[in-house]
Amino acid sequence: MSELTSNNNLSSSSTGGAAGGFNFDHVHRNALLQHQLATTSAASNNSSSNSSILPLATKTGTTIVGLVYANGIVLGADTRATNDTTVADKNCDKIHYIAPNIYCCGAGTAADTEKTTELIASQMELLRLNTGGADHSRVVTACTLLKRLLFRYQGHISAALVLGGCDPIDGPALYQIYPHGSTSKLPYTTMGSGSLAAMAIFEADYRDDLSEDEAVGLVRRAILAGIFNDLGSGSNVDTCIIRTDGSVSMGRNDIMPNEVGPLRAQVKRSEVMNIGKGTTPILKSSFVKSKMMMSGGVSLADVTVTAMET
Amino acid sequence: MFSQPLAHHQHHQSLAEADAYHGKSAETRHLKPGELSTGTTIMAVQFNGGVVLCADSRVSTGSYVANRASDKIAQLHDHIWCCRSGSAADTQALTDYVKHYLSQLAIETGRLPEVKVAAHLMRRLCYQNKDYLMAGVIVGGWDPVSNGAVYNIPLGGACIPMPFALGGSGSTFIYGLVDAEYKENMTKDEALALVRKAVSHAMARDGSSGGIIRTLVATEEGNVKEFISGNKLPYGPAGW
Repeated sequence: MSELTSNNNLSSSSTGGAAGGFNFDHVHRNALLQHQLATTSAASNNSSSNSSILPLATKTGTTIVGLVYANGIVLGADTRATNDTTVADKNCDKIHYIAPNIYCCGAGTAADTEKTTELIASQMELLRLNTGGADHSRVVTACTLLKRLLFRYQGHISAALVLGGCDPIDGPALYQIYPHGSTSKLPYTTMGSGSLAAMAIFEADYRDDLSEDEAVGLVRRAILAGIFNDLGSGSNVDTCIIRTDGSVSMGRNDIMPNEVGPLRAQVKRSEVMNIGKGTTPILKSSFVKSKMMMSGGVSLADVTVTAMET
Repeated sequence: MFSQPLAHHQHHQSLAEADAYHGKSAETRHLKPGELSTGTTIMAVQFNGGVVLCADSRVSTGSYVANRASDKIAQLHDHIWCCRSGSAADTQALTDYVKHYLSQLAIETGRLPEVKVAAHLMRRLCYQNKDYLMAGVIVGGWDPVSNGAVYNIPLGGACIPMPFALGGSGSTFIYGLVDAEYKENMTKDEALALVRKAVSHAMARDGSSGGIIRTLVATEEGNVKEFISGNKLPYGPAGW
Protein backbone atom coordinates (compact mmCIF):
# COMPACT_ATOMS: atom_id res chain seq x y z
CA MET A 1 0.00 0.00 0.00
CA SER A 2 2.11 2.86 -1.20
CA GLU A 3 -0.20 5.66 -2.13
CA LEU A 4 0.12 9.41 -2.02
CA THR A 5 -2.78 11.46 -0.80
CA SER A 6 -3.54 13.60 -3.80
CA ASN A 7 -6.08 16.39 -3.44
CA ASN A 8 -8.24 15.47 -6.38
CA ASN A 9 -8.65 11.93 -5.08
CA LEU A 10 -12.19 10.82 -4.42
CA SER A 11 -11.40 9.82 -0.86
CA SER A 12 -9.89 12.99 0.59
CA SER A 13 -12.88 15.26 -0.09
CA SER A 14 -15.29 13.03 1.77
CA THR A 15 -13.34 13.05 5.04
CA GLY A 16 -13.10 16.85 5.20
CA GLY A 17 -11.08 18.74 7.78
CA ALA A 18 -7.95 16.79 8.71
CA ALA A 19 -4.93 18.50 7.16
CA GLY A 20 -1.58 16.70 7.16
CA GLY A 21 -0.66 13.44 8.88
CA PHE A 22 -1.37 9.96 7.61
CA ASN A 23 -4.40 9.04 5.57
CA PHE A 24 -5.69 5.49 5.85
CA ASP A 25 -8.68 5.84 3.51
CA HIS A 26 -7.17 3.44 1.01
CA VAL A 27 -6.85 0.71 3.62
CA HIS A 28 -10.64 0.67 3.91
CA ARG A 29 -11.01 1.05 0.14
CA ASN A 30 -8.74 -1.95 -0.46
CA ALA A 31 -10.57 -4.00 2.17
CA LEU A 32 -13.88 -3.15 0.51
CA LEU A 33 -12.52 -3.97 -2.96
CA GLN A 34 -11.09 -7.28 -1.75
CA HIS A 35 -14.41 -8.14 -0.14
CA GLN A 36 -16.42 -7.20 -3.24
CA LEU A 37 -14.11 -9.05 -5.61
CA ALA A 38 -14.14 -12.11 -3.41
CA THR A 39 -17.93 -12.20 -3.20
CA THR A 40 -18.48 -11.52 -6.92
CA SER A 41 -15.96 -14.16 -7.99
CA ALA A 42 -17.64 -16.60 -5.62
CA ALA A 43 -21.09 -15.70 -6.98
CA SER A 44 -20.11 -16.05 -10.64
CA ASN A 45 -18.52 -19.38 -9.69
CA ASN A 46 -15.70 -18.71 -12.13
CA SER A 47 -12.89 -20.36 -10.23
CA SER A 48 -10.37 -20.02 -13.07
CA SER A 49 -10.10 -16.20 -12.92
CA ASN A 50 -8.56 -15.46 -9.56
CA SER A 51 -6.68 -12.42 -10.86
CA SER A 52 -8.99 -10.12 -8.92
CA ILE A 53 -7.46 -10.97 -5.54
CA LEU A 54 -5.07 -8.32 -4.20
CA PRO A 55 -1.39 -9.26 -3.83
CA LEU A 56 -0.31 -10.87 -0.58
CA ALA A 57 2.54 -9.81 1.70
CA THR A 58 5.85 -11.66 1.24
CA LYS A 59 6.50 -14.29 3.88
CA THR A 60 9.79 -15.41 5.33
CA GLY A 61 10.91 -18.78 4.00
CA THR A 62 12.40 -21.79 5.74
CA THR A 63 12.51 -25.56 5.67
CA ILE A 64 12.61 -27.29 9.05
CA VAL A 65 11.90 -30.94 9.80
CA GLY A 66 11.89 -33.44 12.64
CA LEU A 67 11.83 -37.22 12.74
CA VAL A 68 11.51 -39.88 15.45
CA TYR A 69 13.50 -43.11 15.20
CA ALA A 70 13.79 -45.97 17.70
CA ASN A 71 16.81 -44.53 19.50
CA GLY A 72 16.10 -40.80 19.40
CA ILE A 73 15.19 -37.71 17.39
CA VAL A 74 16.69 -36.16 14.29
CA LEU A 75 16.05 -32.46 13.61
CA GLY A 76 16.96 -30.69 10.36
CA ALA A 77 16.98 -27.14 9.00
CA ASP A 78 18.17 -25.10 6.05
CA THR A 79 20.36 -22.04 6.69
CA ARG A 80 18.80 -19.26 4.59
CA ALA A 81 17.40 -16.13 6.23
CA THR A 82 15.41 -13.81 3.98
CA ASN A 83 14.37 -10.20 4.15
CA ASP A 84 11.63 -9.64 1.60
CA THR A 85 13.16 -11.13 -1.56
CA THR A 86 16.77 -10.62 -0.46
CA VAL A 87 18.88 -13.33 1.21
CA ALA A 88 19.81 -11.64 4.49
CA ASP A 89 22.03 -14.43 5.87
CA LYS A 90 23.41 -17.31 3.80
CA ASN A 91 24.40 -19.44 6.77
CA CYS A 92 22.17 -18.77 9.78
CA ASP A 93 21.37 -21.19 12.59
CA LYS A 94 17.77 -22.35 12.91
CA ILE A 95 18.23 -25.21 15.40
CA HIS A 96 17.90 -23.62 18.84
CA TYR A 97 18.88 -24.92 22.28
CA ILE A 98 16.08 -25.50 24.82
CA ALA A 99 17.70 -27.91 27.31
CA PRO A 100 20.69 -30.30 27.19
CA ASN A 101 18.34 -33.01 25.87
CA ILE A 102 15.92 -30.79 23.90
CA TYR A 103 16.39 -28.70 20.76
CA CYS A 104 13.92 -26.71 18.68
CA CYS A 105 13.81 -25.74 14.98
CA GLY A 106 12.21 -22.37 14.23
CA ALA A 107 10.45 -20.97 11.16
CA GLY A 108 8.77 -17.58 10.75
CA THR A 109 10.18 -14.25 11.92
CA ALA A 110 13.82 -14.89 12.90
CA ALA A 111 13.71 -12.54 15.89
CA ASP A 112 10.55 -14.18 17.24
CA THR A 113 11.85 -17.76 16.96
CA GLU A 114 15.19 -16.75 18.49
CA LYS A 115 13.69 -14.90 21.45
CA THR A 116 10.88 -17.38 22.24
CA THR A 117 13.32 -20.30 22.30
CA GLU A 118 15.78 -18.29 24.43
CA LEU A 119 13.00 -17.38 26.88
CA ILE A 120 11.78 -20.95 27.19
CA ALA A 121 15.36 -22.27 27.51
CA SER A 122 15.84 -19.89 30.42
CA GLN A 123 12.55 -20.93 32.07
CA MET A 124 13.48 -24.60 31.64
CA GLU A 125 16.86 -24.11 33.30
CA LEU A 126 15.26 -22.28 36.26
CA LEU A 127 12.66 -25.06 36.54
CA ARG A 128 15.41 -27.70 36.63
CA LEU A 129 17.31 -25.81 39.33
CA ASN A 130 14.11 -25.35 41.39
CA THR A 131 13.10 -29.02 41.15
CA GLY A 132 16.17 -30.94 42.23
CA GLY A 133 18.75 -29.85 39.69
CA ALA A 134 18.30 -32.63 37.15
CA ASP A 135 20.50 -32.53 34.05
CA HIS A 136 17.56 -32.94 31.68
CA SER A 137 14.03 -31.58 31.17
CA ARG A 138 10.82 -33.15 29.86
CA VAL A 139 9.88 -32.36 26.27
CA VAL A 140 6.16 -31.97 27.15
CA THR A 141 7.10 -29.23 29.62
CA ALA A 142 8.88 -27.22 26.93
CA CYS A 143 5.93 -27.83 24.58
CA THR A 144 3.37 -26.61 27.15
CA LEU A 145 5.40 -23.48 28.01
CA LEU A 146 5.79 -22.64 24.31
CA LYS A 147 2.13 -23.21 23.43
CA ARG A 148 0.92 -21.08 26.36
CA LEU A 149 3.24 -18.22 25.38
CA LEU A 150 2.20 -18.35 21.72
CA PHE A 151 -1.52 -18.66 22.56
CA ARG A 152 -1.31 -15.65 24.88
CA TYR A 153 -0.02 -13.56 21.96
CA GLN A 154 -2.80 -14.80 19.63
CA GLY A 155 -0.51 -15.53 16.68
CA HIS A 156 1.27 -12.16 16.74
CA ILE A 157 4.53 -13.95 17.61
CA SER A 158 5.41 -15.51 14.26
CA ALA A 159 7.08 -18.67 15.49
CA ALA A 160 6.34 -22.02 13.85
CA LEU A 161 8.36 -24.59 15.74
CA VAL A 162 9.48 -28.21 15.54
CA LEU A 163 10.38 -29.26 19.08
CA GLY A 164 12.27 -32.50 19.66
CA GLY A 165 14.05 -34.23 22.48
CA CYS A 166 14.49 -37.35 24.59
CA ASP A 167 13.57 -37.72 28.24
CA PRO A 168 13.51 -40.78 30.57
CA ILE A 169 9.70 -40.69 30.93
CA ASP A 170 8.46 -40.35 27.34
CA GLY A 171 11.56 -41.46 25.44
CA PRO A 172 11.98 -39.67 22.11
CA ALA A 173 9.23 -37.06 21.59
CA LEU A 174 8.57 -34.72 18.67
CA TYR A 175 6.08 -31.83 18.69
CA GLN A 176 4.88 -29.42 16.03
CA ILE A 177 3.86 -25.98 17.38
CA TYR A 178 1.96 -23.41 15.32
CA PRO A 179 2.16 -19.62 15.88
CA HIS A 180 -1.40 -19.52 17.26
CA GLY A 181 -0.51 -22.02 19.98
CA SER A 182 -1.83 -25.33 18.69
CA THR A 183 0.40 -28.38 19.04
CA SER A 184 0.54 -31.97 17.87
CA LYS A 185 2.79 -34.90 18.78
CA LEU A 186 3.93 -36.65 15.63
CA PRO A 187 6.36 -39.31 14.37
CA TYR A 188 7.61 -36.95 11.64
CA THR A 189 6.86 -33.35 10.77
CA THR A 190 7.91 -30.43 8.55
CA MET A 191 7.29 -26.69 8.81
CA GLY A 192 8.01 -23.44 6.96
CA SER A 193 7.54 -22.55 3.29
CA GLY A 194 9.57 -25.61 2.26
CA SER A 195 7.41 -27.93 4.37
CA LEU A 196 5.50 -29.26 1.37
CA ALA A 197 8.67 -30.26 -0.50
CA ALA A 198 10.11 -31.85 2.65
CA MET A 199 6.87 -33.63 3.55
CA ALA A 200 6.77 -35.20 0.08
CA ILE A 201 10.10 -36.89 0.88
CA PHE A 202 8.95 -38.00 4.35
CA GLU A 203 5.62 -39.37 3.10
CA ALA A 204 7.44 -41.38 0.43
CA ASP A 205 10.20 -42.92 2.56
CA TYR A 206 9.26 -42.81 6.27
CA ARG A 207 9.17 -46.16 8.10
CA ASP A 208 8.66 -46.97 11.77
CA ASP A 209 11.88 -49.02 11.98
CA LEU A 210 14.47 -46.57 10.64
CA SER A 211 18.05 -46.90 11.89
CA GLU A 212 19.93 -43.76 13.00
CA ASP A 213 21.87 -43.53 9.71
CA GLU A 214 18.68 -44.01 7.69
CA ALA A 215 16.87 -41.39 9.78
CA VAL A 216 19.63 -38.80 9.32
CA GLY A 217 19.74 -39.62 5.60
CA LEU A 218 15.99 -39.07 5.28
CA VAL A 219 16.16 -35.76 7.16
CA ARG A 220 19.03 -34.58 4.92
CA ARG A 221 17.07 -35.44 1.78
CA ALA A 222 13.96 -33.66 3.11
CA ILE A 223 15.92 -30.46 3.80
CA LEU A 224 17.66 -30.69 0.39
CA ALA A 225 14.21 -30.94 -1.21
CA GLY A 226 13.33 -27.67 0.54
CA ILE A 227 16.64 -26.02 -0.39
CA PHE A 228 16.33 -26.86 -4.09
CA ASN A 229 12.55 -26.60 -4.63
CA ASP A 230 11.52 -23.73 -2.35
CA LEU A 231 12.70 -20.19 -3.12
CA GLY A 232 12.46 -19.19 0.54
CA SER A 233 14.91 -21.93 1.59
CA GLY A 234 18.51 -22.42 0.58
CA SER A 235 22.23 -22.77 1.34
CA ASN A 236 23.27 -25.59 3.71
CA VAL A 237 21.77 -28.46 5.70
CA ASP A 238 22.00 -28.38 9.50
CA THR A 239 21.12 -31.53 11.46
CA CYS A 240 20.86 -32.41 15.13
CA ILE A 241 20.64 -35.91 16.62
CA ILE A 242 19.30 -36.30 20.17
CA ARG A 243 19.64 -39.87 21.44
CA THR A 244 17.78 -41.63 24.27
CA ASP A 245 21.12 -42.15 26.08
CA GLY A 246 21.33 -38.35 26.43
CA SER A 247 24.02 -37.69 23.84
CA VAL A 248 23.59 -34.96 21.25
CA SER A 249 25.32 -34.58 17.87
CA MET A 250 25.03 -31.17 16.25
CA GLY A 251 25.65 -31.47 12.51
CA ARG A 252 26.27 -27.81 11.71
CA ASN A 253 26.60 -27.45 7.93
CA ASP A 254 26.21 -31.21 7.55
CA ILE A 255 25.84 -30.83 3.80
CA MET A 256 27.00 -27.79 1.82
CA PRO A 257 25.54 -28.17 -1.65
CA ASN A 258 25.90 -24.50 -2.55
CA GLU A 259 29.62 -23.84 -2.08
CA VAL A 260 30.64 -20.77 -4.08
CA GLY A 261 34.41 -20.96 -3.40
CA PRO A 262 35.29 -23.24 -6.36
CA LEU A 263 33.01 -21.22 -8.64
CA ARG A 264 34.61 -17.95 -7.63
CA ALA A 265 38.08 -19.45 -8.18
CA GLN A 266 37.17 -20.19 -11.79
CA VAL A 267 36.45 -16.54 -12.52
CA LYS A 268 39.42 -15.00 -14.30
CA ARG A 269 39.93 -11.31 -13.69
CA SER A 270 42.37 -8.95 -15.36
CA GLU A 271 45.70 -8.50 -13.56
CA VAL A 272 44.78 -4.87 -12.88
CA MET A 273 41.93 -6.13 -10.64
CA ASN A 274 44.23 -8.45 -8.67
CA ILE A 275 46.61 -6.08 -6.93
CA GLY A 276 48.76 -8.17 -4.63
CA LYS A 277 49.62 -7.51 -1.01
CA GLY A 278 52.61 -5.17 -0.61
CA THR A 279 52.12 -3.42 -3.94
CA THR A 280 52.04 -0.12 -2.09
CA PRO A 281 55.31 0.19 -0.13
CA ILE A 282 55.27 1.30 3.52
CA LEU A 283 57.82 4.07 3.82
CA LYS A 284 57.63 4.52 7.59
CA SER A 285 55.31 3.81 10.54
CA SER A 286 54.98 5.29 14.03
CA PHE A 287 52.54 5.30 16.95
CA VAL A 288 51.51 8.58 18.60
CA LYS A 289 49.64 8.85 21.89
CA SER A 290 46.32 10.66 21.57
CA LYS A 291 45.67 13.82 23.57
CA MET A 292 43.06 12.12 25.69
CA MET A 293 45.33 9.30 26.81
CA MET A 294 47.96 11.81 27.85
CA SER A 295 45.51 13.84 29.97
CA GLY A 296 44.88 10.79 32.19
CA GLY A 297 41.30 9.69 32.98
CA VAL A 298 39.72 8.19 29.87
CA SER A 299 36.13 7.03 30.00
CA LEU A 300 34.42 5.02 27.30
CA ALA A 301 32.27 8.01 26.44
CA ASP A 302 35.38 10.11 25.76
CA VAL A 303 36.78 7.77 23.14
CA THR A 304 35.69 9.08 19.79
CA VAL A 305 38.16 8.99 16.94
CA THR A 306 41.83 8.18 17.36
CA ALA A 307 44.16 9.69 14.84
CA MET A 308 46.20 7.29 12.78
CA GLU A 309 49.31 8.19 10.93
CA THR A 310 51.35 6.19 8.55
CA MET B 1 -6.82 -16.74 26.93
CA PHE B 2 -8.19 -13.39 28.07
CA SER B 3 -5.82 -11.22 26.12
CA GLN B 4 -6.98 -7.80 25.01
CA PRO B 5 -7.65 -7.02 21.35
CA LEU B 6 -5.33 -4.56 19.64
CA ALA B 7 -6.39 -0.91 19.55
CA HIS B 8 -6.70 -0.95 15.78
CA HIS B 9 -8.41 -4.32 15.75
CA GLN B 10 -11.54 -2.84 14.19
CA HIS B 11 -9.79 -1.67 11.05
CA HIS B 12 -8.24 -5.05 10.35
CA GLN B 13 -11.46 -6.89 10.99
CA SER B 14 -12.89 -5.96 7.60
CA LEU B 15 -9.70 -7.03 5.82
CA ALA B 16 -9.56 -10.33 7.63
CA GLU B 17 -13.23 -10.95 7.02
CA ALA B 18 -13.01 -10.21 3.33
CA ASP B 19 -10.01 -12.51 2.95
CA ALA B 20 -11.63 -15.23 4.99
CA TYR B 21 -14.68 -15.68 2.80
CA HIS B 22 -12.80 -18.19 0.68
CA GLY B 23 -13.31 -20.63 3.52
CA LYS B 24 -16.06 -23.15 3.38
CA SER B 25 -17.84 -23.65 6.66
CA ALA B 26 -18.91 -21.45 9.57
CA GLU B 27 -15.78 -22.62 11.40
CA THR B 28 -13.17 -22.10 8.71
CA ARG B 29 -14.59 -18.76 7.50
CA HIS B 30 -13.66 -16.80 10.60
CA LEU B 31 -10.15 -18.14 11.18
CA LYS B 32 -7.29 -15.67 11.14
CA PRO B 33 -4.93 -16.09 8.18
CA GLY B 34 -2.60 -19.01 8.80
CA GLU B 35 -4.53 -20.29 11.78
CA LEU B 36 -4.98 -24.03 12.00
CA SER B 37 -8.49 -25.36 11.68
CA THR B 38 -9.97 -28.66 12.59
CA GLY B 39 -12.41 -28.35 9.62
CA THR B 40 -13.99 -31.38 10.94
CA THR B 41 -16.62 -34.00 11.44
CA ILE B 42 -17.29 -34.82 15.08
CA MET B 43 -20.17 -36.55 16.84
CA ALA B 44 -21.19 -38.18 20.09
CA VAL B 45 -24.04 -40.63 20.82
CA GLN B 46 -25.53 -41.84 24.10
CA PHE B 47 -26.27 -45.52 24.56
CA ASN B 48 -27.31 -47.72 27.45
CA GLY B 49 -24.61 -47.23 30.08
CA GLY B 50 -22.29 -44.82 28.32
CA VAL B 51 -21.36 -42.58 25.45
CA VAL B 52 -19.49 -43.06 22.19
CA LEU B 53 -17.52 -40.15 20.73
CA CYS B 54 -16.23 -40.10 17.17
CA ALA B 55 -14.09 -37.82 14.99
CA ASP B 56 -12.21 -37.72 11.73
CA SER B 57 -8.48 -36.90 11.89
CA ARG B 58 -7.84 -34.09 9.40
CA VAL B 59 -6.31 -30.76 10.47
CA SER B 60 -5.95 -28.16 7.73
CA THR B 61 -4.36 -24.76 7.02
CA GLY B 62 -6.18 -23.43 3.98
CA SER B 63 -5.89 -26.17 1.38
CA TYR B 64 -2.93 -27.96 3.06
CA VAL B 65 -3.48 -30.91 5.38
CA ALA B 66 -1.29 -29.99 8.35
CA ASN B 67 -1.95 -33.26 10.17
CA ARG B 68 -3.68 -36.27 8.67
CA ALA B 69 -3.84 -38.44 11.80
CA SER B 70 -4.63 -35.99 14.60
CA ASP B 71 -6.68 -36.81 17.70
CA LYS B 72 -9.65 -34.46 18.13
CA ILE B 73 -11.05 -36.45 21.08
CA ALA B 74 -9.52 -34.96 24.23
CA GLN B 75 -9.76 -36.29 27.79
CA LEU B 76 -11.19 -33.92 30.42
CA HIS B 77 -11.36 -36.38 33.32
CA ASP B 78 -11.31 -40.15 33.98
CA HIS B 79 -14.63 -40.81 32.20
CA ILE B 80 -15.30 -37.40 30.58
CA TRP B 81 -14.12 -36.52 27.08
CA CYS B 82 -14.76 -33.94 24.39
CA CYS B 83 -14.66 -33.61 20.61
CA ARG B 84 -13.04 -30.40 19.30
CA SER B 85 -13.88 -28.37 16.17
CA GLY B 86 -12.90 -24.89 14.98
CA SER B 87 -9.50 -23.35 15.76
CA ALA B 88 -7.03 -25.96 16.96
CA ALA B 89 -5.24 -23.48 19.21
CA ASP B 90 -8.46 -22.23 20.84
CA THR B 91 -9.94 -25.67 21.48
CA GLN B 92 -6.65 -27.01 22.88
CA ALA B 93 -6.44 -24.06 25.28
CA LEU B 94 -10.10 -24.56 26.30
CA THR B 95 -9.70 -28.27 27.00
CA ASP B 96 -6.54 -27.58 29.01
CA TYR B 97 -8.45 -25.12 31.21
CA VAL B 98 -11.46 -27.41 31.71
CA LYS B 99 -9.16 -30.36 32.44
CA HIS B 100 -7.40 -28.25 35.09
CA TYR B 101 -10.64 -27.05 36.75
CA LEU B 102 -12.13 -30.58 36.75
CA SER B 103 -9.09 -32.13 38.39
CA GLN B 104 -9.22 -29.45 41.11
CA LEU B 105 -12.95 -30.06 41.60
CA ALA B 106 -12.45 -33.83 41.85
CA ILE B 107 -9.77 -33.35 44.52
CA GLU B 108 -11.87 -30.83 46.50
CA THR B 109 -15.08 -32.90 46.45
CA GLY B 110 -13.39 -36.29 46.60
CA ARG B 111 -15.66 -37.83 43.97
CA LEU B 112 -16.03 -38.16 40.23
CA PRO B 113 -17.18 -34.96 38.50
CA GLU B 114 -20.42 -34.99 36.48
CA VAL B 115 -20.43 -34.62 32.71
CA LYS B 116 -22.91 -31.77 33.27
CA VAL B 117 -20.32 -29.88 35.33
CA ALA B 118 -17.62 -30.41 32.71
CA ALA B 119 -19.97 -29.17 29.99
CA HIS B 120 -20.95 -26.07 31.96
CA LEU B 121 -17.31 -25.22 32.71
CA MET B 122 -16.62 -25.48 28.98
CA ARG B 123 -19.73 -23.41 28.20
CA ARG B 124 -18.70 -20.69 30.62
CA LEU B 125 -15.27 -20.29 28.96
CA CYS B 126 -16.81 -20.45 25.47
CA TYR B 127 -19.55 -17.91 26.25
CA GLN B 128 -17.51 -15.40 28.25
CA ASN B 129 -14.71 -15.32 25.65
CA LYS B 130 -16.93 -15.77 22.60
CA ASP B 131 -15.49 -12.66 20.86
CA TYR B 132 -11.99 -14.13 20.89
CA LEU B 133 -12.76 -17.80 20.32
CA MET B 134 -13.61 -20.02 17.41
CA ALA B 135 -14.60 -23.25 19.08
CA GLY B 136 -17.41 -25.78 18.69
CA VAL B 137 -17.16 -28.51 21.29
CA ILE B 138 -19.12 -31.64 22.13
CA VAL B 139 -18.68 -32.83 25.72
CA GLY B 140 -19.61 -36.41 26.50
CA GLY B 141 -18.86 -39.16 28.97
CA TRP B 142 -20.01 -41.29 31.83
CA ASP B 143 -20.76 -40.28 35.43
CA PRO B 144 -22.64 -42.10 38.24
CA VAL B 145 -25.52 -39.55 38.23
CA SER B 146 -26.41 -39.43 34.52
CA ASN B 147 -25.02 -42.86 33.56
CA GLY B 148 -23.84 -41.25 30.31
CA ALA B 149 -24.56 -37.79 28.85
CA VAL B 150 -23.80 -35.68 25.77
CA TYR B 151 -23.71 -31.86 25.70
CA ASN B 152 -23.34 -29.80 22.55
CA ILE B 153 -21.57 -26.42 22.89
CA PRO B 154 -21.74 -24.67 19.50
CA LEU B 155 -19.96 -21.48 18.37
CA GLY B 156 -21.89 -18.86 20.40
CA GLY B 157 -21.44 -20.66 23.70
CA ALA B 158 -24.80 -22.30 24.28
CA CYS B 159 -24.91 -25.60 26.16
CA ILE B 160 -27.53 -28.10 25.04
CA PRO B 161 -27.98 -31.61 26.47
CA MET B 162 -28.73 -34.03 23.63
CA PRO B 163 -29.12 -37.77 23.09
CA PHE B 164 -26.72 -37.36 20.17
CA ALA B 165 -24.77 -34.38 18.84
CA LEU B 166 -23.05 -33.54 15.57
CA GLY B 167 -20.47 -30.85 14.90
CA GLY B 168 -17.92 -29.44 12.48
CA SER B 169 -18.09 -28.62 8.77
CA GLY B 170 -18.81 -32.23 7.78
CA SER B 171 -21.83 -32.55 10.05
CA THR B 172 -24.14 -30.75 7.60
CA PHE B 173 -23.85 -33.67 5.19
CA ILE B 174 -25.03 -36.31 7.67
CA TYR B 175 -27.83 -34.74 9.75
CA GLY B 176 -30.46 -36.55 7.64
CA LEU B 177 -28.64 -39.84 7.87
CA VAL B 178 -28.25 -39.69 11.65
CA ASP B 179 -31.85 -38.48 12.18
CA ALA B 180 -33.07 -41.48 10.19
CA GLU B 181 -30.82 -44.07 11.83
CA TYR B 182 -30.76 -42.95 15.47
CA LYS B 183 -32.77 -45.03 17.92
CA GLU B 184 -33.21 -44.64 21.65
CA ASN B 185 -31.62 -47.22 23.96
CA MET B 186 -29.04 -48.50 21.48
CA THR B 187 -26.40 -50.99 22.51
CA LYS B 188 -22.72 -50.02 22.51
CA ASP B 189 -22.10 -51.86 19.25
CA GLU B 190 -25.12 -50.27 17.53
CA ALA B 191 -23.93 -46.81 18.60
CA LEU B 192 -20.39 -47.52 17.38
CA ALA B 193 -21.68 -48.75 14.02
CA LEU B 194 -23.84 -45.62 13.66
CA VAL B 195 -21.05 -43.11 14.34
CA ARG B 196 -18.59 -44.93 12.07
CA LYS B 197 -21.10 -45.05 9.22
CA ALA B 198 -22.10 -41.38 9.66
CA VAL B 199 -18.57 -39.98 9.95
CA SER B 200 -17.32 -42.00 6.98
CA HIS B 201 -20.15 -40.53 4.87
CA ALA B 202 -19.25 -37.00 6.04
CA MET B 203 -15.55 -37.60 5.24
CA ALA B 204 -16.50 -38.67 1.72
CA ARG B 205 -18.42 -35.45 0.99
CA ASP B 206 -16.61 -32.81 3.07
CA GLY B 207 -13.25 -31.67 1.74
CA SER B 208 -11.98 -30.57 5.12
CA SER B 209 -12.77 -33.89 6.81
CA GLY B 210 -10.76 -37.03 6.17
CA GLY B 211 -7.97 -39.34 7.23
CA ILE B 212 -8.89 -41.99 9.78
CA ILE B 213 -11.90 -42.41 12.09
CA ARG B 214 -11.16 -42.25 15.81
CA THR B 215 -13.74 -43.53 18.31
CA LEU B 216 -13.92 -43.51 22.07
CA VAL B 217 -16.37 -45.44 24.24
CA ALA B 218 -16.75 -44.13 27.81
CA THR B 219 -18.55 -46.38 30.33
CA GLU B 220 -18.39 -47.14 34.04
CA GLU B 221 -15.85 -49.87 33.28
CA GLY B 222 -13.46 -47.41 31.61
CA ASN B 223 -12.61 -46.03 28.20
CA VAL B 224 -11.90 -47.87 24.96
CA LYS B 225 -10.08 -45.97 22.21
CA GLU B 226 -10.09 -47.37 18.70
CA PHE B 227 -9.45 -46.21 15.16
CA ILE B 228 -10.27 -47.32 11.63
CA SER B 229 -7.59 -46.60 9.04
CA GLY B 230 -8.51 -44.67 5.93
CA ASN B 231 -8.53 -47.71 3.64
CA LYS B 232 -10.93 -49.70 5.84
CA LEU B 233 -13.74 -47.17 6.26
CA PRO B 234 -17.36 -48.42 6.16
CA TYR B 235 -18.05 -46.02 3.28
CA GLY B 236 -15.93 -44.36 0.62
CA PRO B 237 -13.48 -45.53 -2.04
CA ALA B 238 -10.79 -47.85 -0.67
CA GLY B 239 -7.33 -46.40 -0.56
CA TRP B 240 -8.33 -42.84 0.40
